[in-house]
Amino acid sequence: MRIVDALLRLLIFPGLVYALPAAWLMVWVERKLTARLQRRIGPPFFQPFFDFVKLLAKRPVSRPPLQGLVMTALPILATAAVLGALTLLPVFAGGGFSGDLVLLASLLEVPALCAVLGGFASRSLYGELGATREAVLSVAYSLPFLASLVALAAAAHTLELTTLLSRPLWAVRAPALVALALCLPVKLRINPFSVANAEQEIYAGPTTEFEGPRLALWELAHGLEWVVLTGLWATLAFPVVRFAWPLRVVVFIAISFAAAAVITAVAAATARLKPVQAARVYWQWGMLVAVVALILAMALY
Amino acid sequence: MALFDSLIRTARRRSPWLFHLNAGSCNGCDIELVACLGPRFDVEQLGIRLEGSPRHADIIVVSGPVTRTTRPAVETIYAQVPDPKVVVALGSCPASCNVFAGSPTIEGPLDRVIPVDVYVPGCPPRPDAIIAGIAEAIGILVSGRSAHERLTQRRAEEPAADGRGRRPGANAPRSGHPDGAP
Repeated sequence: MRIVDALLRLLIFPGLVYALPAAWLMVWVERKLTARLQRRIGPPFFQPFFDFVKLLAKRPVSRPPLQGLVMTALPILATAAVLGALTLLPVFAGGGFSGDLVLLASLLEVPALCAVLGGFASRSLYGELGATREAVLSVAYSLPFLASLVALAAAAHTLELTTLLSRPLWAVRAPALVALALCLPVKLRINPFSVANAEQEIYAGPTTEFEGPRLALWELAHGLEWVVLTGLWATLAFPVVRFAWPLRVVVFIAISFAAAAVITAVAAATARLKPVQAARVYWQWGMLVAVVALILAMALY
Repeated sequence: MALFDSLIRTARRRSPWLFHLNAGSCNGCDIELVACLGPRFDVEQLGIRLEGSPRHADIIVVSGPVTRTTRPAVETIYAQVPDPKVVVALGSCPASCNVFAGSPTIEGPLDRVIPVDVYVPGCPPRPDAIIAGIAEAIGILVSGRSAHERLTQRRAEEPAADGRGRRPGANAPRSGHPDGAP
């Protein structure tokens, strides 16, 4: 029963059958909304899907065997990790286990780690520059991101997501959600924290040297990251576990897309920060909010 | 399989990504190309994106008469773009060297360095002309009969027949109407 349950989550909801179209839809929403805010018309509805198919159909560049292997394995690993994280999202009650919060947080770190390794494996100057920036930012945002998750877990005295969500704890949850929301744009590498992939500035950052199918997998992992990060924020902000099942799914999807739209609007309205400034945002303001959440968790619960 | 092929063709038609290569251009054509991305023309409607890395590109847009310094860069970047790929010569310079013709520092026109598929004449060309040229390039990309593909086919047919003194783009037929050389 548990295996069937886990497979359903991985393959159907919130796994592949939901996440794949949702990833393309969210990337389309991002590009379309940005275009509309810039008074452009923007890409057609199926654009992310066609981009993906076209990239898959490009002929790969021949590389030294080991480099080719590493550069293929890393985007696959990133995609798989994000899919695993999606499976753990607490949309349904039950099926969780003690410690799934830890697993979720670590799986969410894998794409950034893969991007860093991929940037260096590609041996491109711009790839290495992007990878360095990705690593610096990852150190910067991980602190408030993990601290707010720790605050939530400490307040609820559990490491299981569904139990954690079944308690109200709004005094801790509100600052933790603010800190998490601050971390979403940098994890998605969009403005004002598009420091790592800085288009036009360092070409395409860690993915500069990736072509065809390998790039398609990176784009897919990026789309899935949109789904899982907005989804995680949605489940933490509105504990949908308590709703009846069709309503629960609808609310989850609606909040995910609303969060994506807000992040996109902020991205369209802002310019890129310097790496130093971006790191400072997380170590000062992000950490401040997360520490408030931690102190409240220790004091109140 | 037929369905698969038609899906790939549709995807190629609807998602052409550009790489812009400045081979000693005066910046006139470059500004006009960037104008295509703005609110007035907005080529993102056609799925077109200007990519920073040649590895991500389908269509290489080259502006400028190829100068002696940029020639190695043009050759390297052309080799870096994965197949299938199409080359668009943007403006009069890559077509005929324009006012720079005869200069000792110029190695153009572009088709003496790499095979060219589409010429967009003008100094600089208007954004509508650029979009028309890119649309023609998309057609060539989808048909799979770009100058690069024909060249690789011909090379496969006559292996090492005359490897000496033959420039890669010398026999590439032109589909546009370049300005006459001054």
